[in-house]
Amino acid sequence: MINYAYIIVLAPLVAAIMAGLFGKKIGRTGSHWITVLGVAISFALSLLVYMGIVWGDEEPLNTNLYTWLSSGGINFHVGFLLDELSTTMMVIVTFVSLMVHIYTIGYMQDDPGYQRFFSYISLFTFSMLMLVMSNNFMQLFFGWEAVGLVSYLLIGFWFKKDTAIFANLKAFLVNRVGDFGFLLGIAAVLMYFNSMDYAEVFQQAPAMADRTINIWADKQWSLMTVICILLFIGAMGKSAQAPLHVWLPDSMEGPTPISALIHAATMVTAGIFMVARMSPLFELSETALSFVLLIGAFTAFFMGLLGLVQTDIKRVVAYSTLSQLGYMTVALGVSAYSAAIFHLGTHAFFKALLFLAAGSVIIGMHHEQDMRKMGGLRKYMPITWITSLIGSLALIGFPGLAGFFSKDAIIEAVHHSDRYGADIAYWAVLSGVFITALYSFRLIFMVFHGKERMDEHTRAHLKESPSVVTMPLILLAIPSVLVGAIFIEPMLFSDYFGSSILVFPENNSLKEMGEHFHGWFEMIKHGVTQLPFILAMLGVVVAWVGYIGFPKAPGNLASILRPIHWVLTKKYGFDQFNQIFFAGGARALGSLFSNIGDRLMIDGMMVNGSAKFVGFISGVIRHIQSGYLYHYAFAMILGLLALLGIFVHGF
Amino acid sequence: MVSNFPLLSLIIWMPVLVGLALVFADTHLKSSTSKLIALVASLLTFALSVPLYFDFDNSTHAMQFVENIPWIEVFNINYHLGIDGIAMPLILLTTFTTVLVVLAAWDSITDRQSQYLGAFLILNGLMVAVFSAQDAMLFYVFWEAMLIPMFMIIGIWGGPNRIYATVKFFLYTFLGSVFMLVAFLYLYSKGGSFDIQTLHDMPLSMAAQKWIFVAFFLAFAVKIPMFPVHTWLPDAHVEAPTGGSVILAAIMLKMGGYGFLRFSMPITPDASQEFASIMIVLSLIAIVYIGFVALAQGDMKKLIAYSSISHMGFVTLGMFMIYKIIANTSSTDGAVMAMEGSMVQMISHGFISGGMFLCVGVLYDRMHSRQIKDYGGVVNTMPAFAAFMMLFAMANAGLPGTSGFVGEFLIILTAFKASFWIAFFAAMTLILGAAYTLWMYKRVVFGEVTNDEVAKLQDINGREKLILASLAFFVLLFGLWPAPIFEVMHPTIENLIQHITQSKLN
Repeated sequence: MINYAYIIVLAPLVAAIMAGLFGKKIGRTGSHWITVLGVAISFALSLLVYMGIVWGDEEPLNTNLYTWLSSGGINFHVGFLLDELSTTMMVIVTFVSLMVHIYTIGYMQDDPGYQRFFSYISLFTFSMLMLVMSNNFMQLFFGWEAVGLVSYLLIGFWFKKDTAIFANLKAFLVNRVGDFGFLLGIAAVLMYFNSMDYAEVFQQAPAMADRTINIWADKQWSLMTVICILLFIGAMGKSAQAPLHVWLPDSMEGPTPISALIHAATMVTAGIFMVARMSPLFELSETALSFVLLIGAFTAFFMGLLGLVQTDIKRVVAYSTLSQLGYMTVALGVSAYSAAIFHLGTHAFFKALLFLAAGSVIIGMHHEQDMRKMGGLRKYMPITWITSLIGSLALIGFPGLAGFFSKDAIIEAVHHSDRYGADIAYWAVLSGVFITALYSFRLIFMVFHGKERMDEHTRAHLKESPSVVTMPLILLAIPSVLVGAIFIEPMLFSDYFGSSILVFPENNSLKEMGEHFHGWFEMIKHGVTQLPFILAMLGVVVAWVGYIGFPKAPGNLASILRPIHWVLTKKYGFDQFNQIFFAGGARALGSLFSNIGDRLMIDGMMVNGSAKFVGFISGVIRHIQSGYLYHYAFAMILGLLALLGIFVHGF
Repeated sequence: MVSNFPLLSLIIWMPVLVGLALVFADTHLKSSTSKLIALVASLLTFALSVPLYFDFDNSTHAMQFVENIPWIEVFNINYHLGIDGIAMPLILLTTFTTVLVVLAAWDSITDRQSQYLGAFLILNGLMVAVFSAQDAMLFYVFWEAMLIPMFMIIGIWGGPNRIYATVKFFLYTFLGSVFMLVAFLYLYSKGGSFDIQTLHDMPLSMAAQKWIFVAFFLAFAVKIPMFPVHTWLPDAHVEAPTGGSVILAAIMLKMGGYGFLRFSMPITPDASQEFASIMIVLSLIAIVYIGFVALAQGDMKKLIAYSSISHMGFVTLGMFMIYKIIANTSSTDGAVMAMEGSMVQMISHGFISGGMFLCVGVLYDRMHSRQIKDYGGVVNTMPAFAAFMMLFAMANAGLPGTSGFVGEFLIILTAFKASFWIAFFAAMTLILGAAYTLWMYKRVVFGEVTNDEVAKLQDINGREKLILASLAFFVLLFGLWPAPIFEVMHPTIENLIQHITQSKLN
């Protein structure tokens, strides 16, 4: 099995190198074939390994490939941990990646950077696999930063666009703020556990539960709380939790396939995965979990609201992603790690679907992304319309579809948790259901229904996208419908995750739900009578009223609620604040240090100053050297007198 | 290999002699001939230094490839050479970098090319000598001698403001080294020997140690350079020709770090511990304050120079925080890791800063400007160049998978053992390093073509590709598999830590 692991990781890497370095030689077709093949191999073997470990009787595998370095008694390895959690992630990552690879053949067909694009997305797949398959903190950090690098390269893929190269720098730097915390967390782990290997650290963790450390003044902090919050700051960067969410909407400047792959389905969920992986640590700190819960609740609710005022089709989906990541984070916060991973999985399918569908619309609209210039597209693009509808219904949690099961599980888990902050979080995720339905169907109605608002030229050329584009949509629509019903029972209420996720019995917020669970069909029947369903339907109805029934209503509402609308269009001011305070502040500080510190104080006063001082002294002394003999004679006599005086006085 | 074969001497004197010949030949040689001679000599030197790695015994901290013959017997000064796990990697870095510098000068230097190449060959030999000298007076002679070719390189082939830069460079480094000489003389007066090993074992009072530490500090802190004696470096870099900058950043700065490891810490261990807190604070200032200063630079070379200072902050941090680590963990494991982190940071910075300066050199050869604002959209006309520069920029920002990550990673990890706040400030480089490097990259490389000059740029040729690719190879190799560097260092570093944690008082 370990040989499979090597091939799973290396196949996309080799493909990326081939397409990247020899793209010209192997040509466009060669590049897409080799990368699609690489990812297909990865996917097939991942599925095999997954079936063996989760559904078969293979034991989880933890093995080191090579020693990266050893120093000071610590061995840093590159190695793999194949267990229920990592193999589940591997299947999700490689499947979505494969779909995106195929879709890209159509989406990027006219782009001059075709080979480079394939090289990047394959490199991404490699990096993401390194991240999820890691068995230690060092490699986790490697994968963590490597996916960040590829994200940076892909957001800035169209490097001539000013907005794109602004967005990619911003994404990298905001992620680095998260990594700053993450790395400190890893440092704390190394200091107290003296190991970088998960197995070793998790084994020692219970013994550290009551350990406290001193950071500021004499206040003692729980060690586990400090470690977990530091690690979670890393997750906030990667999984775009407020206030480190600001990079994700801007990342939409990148080509749409990567918005689907990286900024919806996989990379942004790395933070969620990481916390689930670290469950043996997080379980030991109620405080850290409450922190996670509150950040998640804030993100889920407030970022969803922003989706209501966006007019760019991709940005609506981006804010939806932020909000859904908030849901996953909330689940983590109430120790429902399995529900978080479950939602991660369902979300990966339907959100990748929604992004790729948005991309299909964008192709049809000749790269127009403004929903105000769309409308009535369902006639022209039936497959895109149907699949978008399926994706949206899955997203809003329509009973029976994937999102229904995973979102309900999260809401139920929060409802039954008694963790600090769970009551606020409950209201946040519950009202989030209404908001989700509203922005999702606002999009559906604005794009596919109602009046055709595009210009004549665009309308004349409107047609369904080619099959390389629609096929992935269909292939993603299938799991968007099915995976919820299939996986809810095994994933949440059985021993699916084995020992890969640890939940203390007293924290098990899914227990109550499990006791009332009688199969997925019962859950659907029960679901249609419940508040979340009613809220979702209400959202759809309101969206219909606003965007089909009475199209003037939203405008009127916006002018009545002008202040709120203003706050939402300004995105709560996070961007402005960061731009002025952090970006501007850093530059101002840099200039200040450079001009005042280095140039004026050190160079001006100390260096050139001392040079000038020497010059000045020698200038003064030079006057003494007048060249007149009697001056020198006089000086000699004075000197002699002084010496004599000292001698006489001395003896 | 014959055990008493004077391999080190050959590596030192062969390039020096060839270099002298080139300097005196001057215009009597055709340009192509002198280039060929210099290339062959530098390649041969590098080839000769490769056995230093393969025949190196990883199991001992003792000096290897030792040569020891009396030089000035009246003062007990010996021509004593030898290398250990600290010196060997730095010597290989030196001979390797010189090959690249010779190649880089191929088309870009036309004025007195023979002498220019000769100066680098001489420099090559002298720098190897500095790293292998085991006699303090011999070390001092090479240390000072090495400055001469460097002055020439900046002063003759430098930019318009080269005289100010050269004088500043000279005064700074010379003033520092004079104090080092005084310290050596004092030590000789106490022990009657210049032998470095003897000096390591010599008991010294606290007061004497403090004075000696300060004297060494003036020499090494200027060289590496540490805040606040760093301002000569940006000026020197800006005025130096590309090759000069590469050697300065890749090798000469490391002599400061090497000096701390070879002299300051082992000779004055108690004073080192006493002053450790100050050294840590200065290192953190270098990392954070200089990081901000780098952000504000509009000149690419200045920016990279400040970035070097910031990276060297990690080197001194890793060295001087070991006392706190040992005190907090009552074990030397963390100290070993920190110290090895410092070493690997020095080696890696040799490749990365070399790559960065060569990239700027490539642009400067074409546009004759170092100003960021004169560029923009370079990727449109130089895609291969952009790819290489992206790799070096990412390495400079400490991305995992590149060698730039390894040292910073180990030092931040161990800094936590010293204190949360040291780790906190050190880790700020994650944000600052990425900010100044990638912001520069964005303004120079990304975007639409901003002016006609950029539109006319030619992508890198085969020679330039070879130079950048060979650096890129090592940046990636030691990022993905740094273990080999660590294997050669372990015994030496462990022995060093043992030594410097033993008090010399009483």
